[in-house]
Amino acid sequence: MSTQSKGMSWVGRSIRRLEDPALVTGRGYFTGDLAAAHWVRFVRSPVAAGRIVKIGAPESAMVITAANLASVKPIAPLLHKFNYKPVAQPILADGVVRFVGEPVAAVVAASEQEAEDIADAVVLTIDETAAIVDGRAALAADAPQVHATVPGNVIVEGAHKTDGFDAAWARAHRIVTVEARSHRQNATPMEPRGGHAAYDAASGRITLTCATQMPHLMRTAIADLIGMAESDLRVIAPDVGGGFGQKMSLAAEYVLLVWLARQYKSSFAWREDRRENLIAGFHARDQYLTLAGAFDADAKLIALKADIIANVGAYSCFPTTAGIEPLMAMAELPGPYDFRHYECRARGVVTNTCTIAPYRGVSRPVNAFGLERLMDKAAAAFGLDVVEIRRRNLVDRFPYTTAYGLELDEASYRQTLDVVAKAIDLPAFRARQSEARAQGRHLGIGFATFCERTGYGTATFVERGMAITPGWETVVVSVDQSGLVEARIGASPHGQGLRTTLAQIVADELGISPDMIKVVHGDTDRAPYGWGTFASRSLVISGGATLIAARKVRTKLLKLASHILEAAPHDIVLEDGTAKVIGTDRSVPIATLAHEAHTQSHLYDGIEPGLTDEGFYDPPGTFSNACHVAIVEVDIETGQVKIEKFLVAEDAGRIINPMIADGQVHGGVAQGIGNALLEEIIYDDTGTILTASLADYLPPTARDVPEIDMHHLTTPSPNSVTEAKGLGEGGTIGAPAAVINAINDALVAFGVTIDEIPATPQRIRAALRNLSSPSPLWGAEKGGV
Amino acid sequence: MSEKTAITLHINGRDYAIAVEPRRTLADAIREDCGQTGTHLGCEHGACGACTVLVDGEPVRACLMFAVQADGKSIRTVEGLADGDTLHPLQQAFMEHHGLQCGFCTPGFLMLAVGVLEREPDISDDDLLDVLSSNLCRCTGYQNIVKAVRAAAQQMRGNRPAR
Amino acid sequence: MKPAPFIRHVPKTLDEAVRILGAVAAEEGRVLAGGQSLVPIMAFRLAKPAHLVDINEIAELGRMSNDGKMLRIGALVRHAAFHKPVVDNPLGHLLAAVARAIAHYPIRLRGTFCGSLAHADPSAEWCLVAATLDATLVAHSTRGARTIAARDFFQGIMTTALAEDELLAEVRLPLLAPDTRFGFNKFSRRAGDFAMSAALAVYRLQDGKMTDVHLGVGGAEPSPRRIPEAEAVLAGQAPGDTVFRAAAEAAAQAVEAMEDHQTSADYRRDLVRAVVRRALEQSA
Repeated sequence: MSTQSKGMSWVGRSIRRLEDPALVTGRGYFTGDLAAAHWVRFVRSPVAAGRIVKIGAPESAMVITAANLASVKPIAPLLHKFNYKPVAQPILADGVVRFVGEPVAAVVAASEQEAEDIADAVVLTIDETAAIVDGRAALAADAPQVHATVPGNVIVEGAHKTDGFDAAWARAHRIVTVEARSHRQNATPMEPRGGHAAYDAASGRITLTCATQMPHLMRTAIADLIGMAESDLRVIAPDVGGGFGQKMSLAAEYVLLVWLARQYKSSFAWREDRRENLIAGFHARDQYLTLAGAFDADAKLIALKADIIANVGAYSCFPTTAGIEPLMAMAELPGPYDFRHYECRARGVVTNTCTIAPYRGVSRPVNAFGLERLMDKAAAAFGLDVVEIRRRNLVDRFPYTTAYGLELDEASYRQTLDVVAKAIDLPAFRARQSEARAQGRHLGIGFATFCERTGYGTATFVERGMAITPGWETVVVSVDQSGLVEARIGASPHGQGLRTTLAQIVADELGISPDMIKVVHGDTDRAPYGWGTFASRSLVISGGATLIAARKVRTKLLKLASHILEAAPHDIVLEDGTAKVIGTDRSVPIATLAHEAHTQSHLYDGIEPGLTDEGFYDPPGTFSNACHVAIVEVDIETGQVKIEKFLVAEDAGRIINPMIADGQVHGGVAQGIGNALLEEIIYDDTGTILTASLADYLPPTARDVPEIDMHHLTTPSPNSVTEAKGLGEGGTIGAPAAVINAINDALVAFGVTIDEIPATPQRIRAALRNLSSPSPLWGAEKGGV
Repeated sequence: MSEKTAITLHINGRDYAIAVEPRRTLADAIREDCGQTGTHLGCEHGACGACTVLVDGEPVRACLMFAVQADGKSIRTVEGLADGDTLHPLQQAFMEHHGLQCGFCTPGFLMLAVGVLEREPDISDDDLLDVLSSNLCRCTGYQNIVKAVRAAAQQMRGNRPAR
Repeated sequence: MKPAPFIRHVPKTLDEAVRILGAVAAEEGRVLAGGQSLVPIMAFRLAKPAHLVDINEIAELGRMSNDGKMLRIGALVRHAAFHKPVVDNPLGHLLAAVARAIAHYPIRLRGTFCGSLAHADPSAEWCLVAATLDATLVAHSTRGARTIAARDFFQGIMTTALAEDELLAEVRLPLLAPDTRFGFNKFSRRAGDFAMSAALAVYRLQDGKMTDVHLGVGGAEPSPRRIPEAEAVLAGQAPGDTVFRAAAEAAAQAVEAMEDHQTSADYRRDLVRAVVRRALEQSA
């Protein structure tokens, strides 16, 4: 029920972002832009496992160690389910170090340089103990134990088996298996993390400015760990230079900054450098996924068996815990496919590596990678094409309850597949592919069909048994007496353009233009309590709450206008900043209504003073969906993969701002391509990290990401008041699967499979080289390269 | 700490007389000593390009140059790109083509693009793509950055906007 | 990631520079030219020079000249100077082709040819050029100037024949005969990254046959070098697929391929095979 403006509605238009003018002129304000009286440099463990014998600090230097922090509680998030074993992470290592990069001491000095000079001079004496690095190896009976509280290194374990699974399995016509390995990644936001804590002498309060996606929860958590009144802590997330999940988890470093500011009544800042970010800024994606699919004679999947081993690193991230990766993998693995029987075992395994935390897609890039490989392998086994196998298996009736028990709302799984299949013209590609092959060029095509659970509220988190249960959002919309509107939100965008899209939603309800609407976020003193921005939730949940709040304000504006214009509310429209009586020239500016509401409310019967109202939204969740297609060329001599073409057909329900939506997909796909081909955090067997610079850890550049051919479908969600679905993560979920399938398709003539991401040139060449000799690569035939 | 050297940085037409240690990078001097925080630091080892500024018209990584080496040189940063309230065509194009999301890498991309387009206005699309692969962006997937820079290049050449 | 403190010296002449370098070399003094390799390792504090002799203000080092036989490249000539051919000779075109493959545009505007040689990264493009073309390097110190042949200069990963008090002031590259053909191919993970292997093939085509063959490989061994086994395969032959493949195979077999955690010697040899053949194909 949006405004029946004579103009277009704002929703659905690619208006320019309200965020941009400041950011393109250098007037953005990031955490690292703040000056501080004191700078903090962390001394980090150079070894993966050991007992701290001595921290030798230079005379007269200010060096904080665990001994100073006796009053501060360790970070110890909880899950009440899935046999979760609590582990505690001290703010600074307390006697034991568990990964390379773990903060052991904090040096305080007047400048960053001096702090680094002193940190350089700190001598750590650590008795090294045996480290365990690989998640699968950590399960061995004789593997070193990372935590005494986690026998066998299994910190969390989920299991699921549908009734009748074994009988269904026994009916299988054919079993298809996949052993998928996803190596470790770092989300690599362009702005590393950083914090600035300042003491205010007048109020005694601390303001922590930090690069976070969850300002309110940072406030709650840090106040709790330090033992201070939460109201004495204000957390500000200013402009945040990307997060992708890495900035939602609590950084121990921030706790220390607040403690210092409170203890020494001054300002203390830390800017994470890129090396710290790469070794200690949370990692992701380190999983083994073993799948077996039972197919009937018609190539229809009837049962799926899965074993998930998620290496969760040394500690449990707050608030989502070490359960996030294995449990999300277990719940969402069935994806968009129609099968009734599912057996899964999902383990989170602690190791002497950097803690794993959510990163865009959380497990689902690995899920889709495994499941889409399974579909391609099944297609080959049944002699079907890769579109047909999916067409036969995708869910096409809604709502649909998956074999794990998730309810899929209206979506367009088959339609998105059909759209890209048509756009790509598969038969034409196959012809081109065989021509190319004859010339010694190896092209391949890969499809990935997936769904993305977005905008889910409290109920979903309750199922996970989290001690901290997020989900809902609150938005407060108010019109001031000048007619300007503020929407104060608990979400905390950091690049998603939410200031623009929420303004578009409000604009339609209140009949004013979006540039009159300020969306206020990222300041716990100004914004209502909320959970922040993660899990493709903000547009759905915060957007929904915005719509609800704006509608309340609209109702009140209409009521006021009806008094003043002496017309029935339903005869009044709000447009162009005024309330107008339809079919007349009678109107009143909204600013006047706002002024009346604040200063002359006594004149209007039954109307409360002011023009502020609150919307609250806690939806069940909605699944957006997409189909990705990659066409690649594999250079079989070097193993290099070039992506020639990339198509996306996506459906995220009603699109508020198409330009912004496309941007989310582009960015997600680019990260997915990095995941598929380039990015890998590497440890050696002793737990030393080998990828501590951006010369070694390789995000894609403009040369590595092709232009993305976008196709749109719109299946509005009944589970979302705006009818919008989230789409922040989809790009990263589908792209690795599409690329890896394409690589395998290109190599099909060689009979090798690559089920490992990133599919580096080294891995591809190793697979080709290991073919039974003589290698076809260097055979005598001309053009056989 | 070593002794400080007095230098003058001419940033966006203004002189900043500062005293810095020789080890102070140009990026840090611009941000910390001159207070121009629009130039960002993404890696401090020359890999990401977020700190790109123009020194005597050349786009350089400000993290790989010492401030003392820029003494007396003319430096342009993102803060000096607009002409009063009139945005530079590149700034305008980045907004129109959604060439930014979080905005952290944006100043570096803008200065890189300004630098190359002023030096080589007729650069080919393909060479431009090579130049843009100098810097990292994690949000946009580059497509809209490339589009924005190509559009601005057209405009800067005085032609009709691209596509 | 802030560099450790150092004292900066700003000589205005080469003589002054070598005098200062002579005085501070023993106290971890190093030469700062473009800084595109040195500053990053200082940021990681992998290098903590106590003194930097900043040669950027020595005008005489920015010169490039040719006397009809040699191209002389001064220590301050930046990579970008080679974007367009610097001399109307196959050498100018060769250098232009290679320059474009070096790192990225802003890096090329600062980094120097000689600095790249003095840094001696096994993968560096200019090191490969110097080794392949038998460059002559001119080192200055308070003891005077001496010339070093490229084959003697590169002594391992980031290790050269330069004494600690010597400054690489100039590199001399021979101009090439008009009938010279060349091809360059580099393999890296992403455009602009250091080469995991690179090859430069240079020869004269006389009466349809390859003569005076120089075939260099970089990135595969601790130092770039000419591969005589591959050159022998090519010399006196007409360019063609079979001989190119044979030379590529010879090069792959001849290299003592470096290994690291990700990259096996076998893989490195695969790359050598590919880049050598592709460089040769490009030359033909």
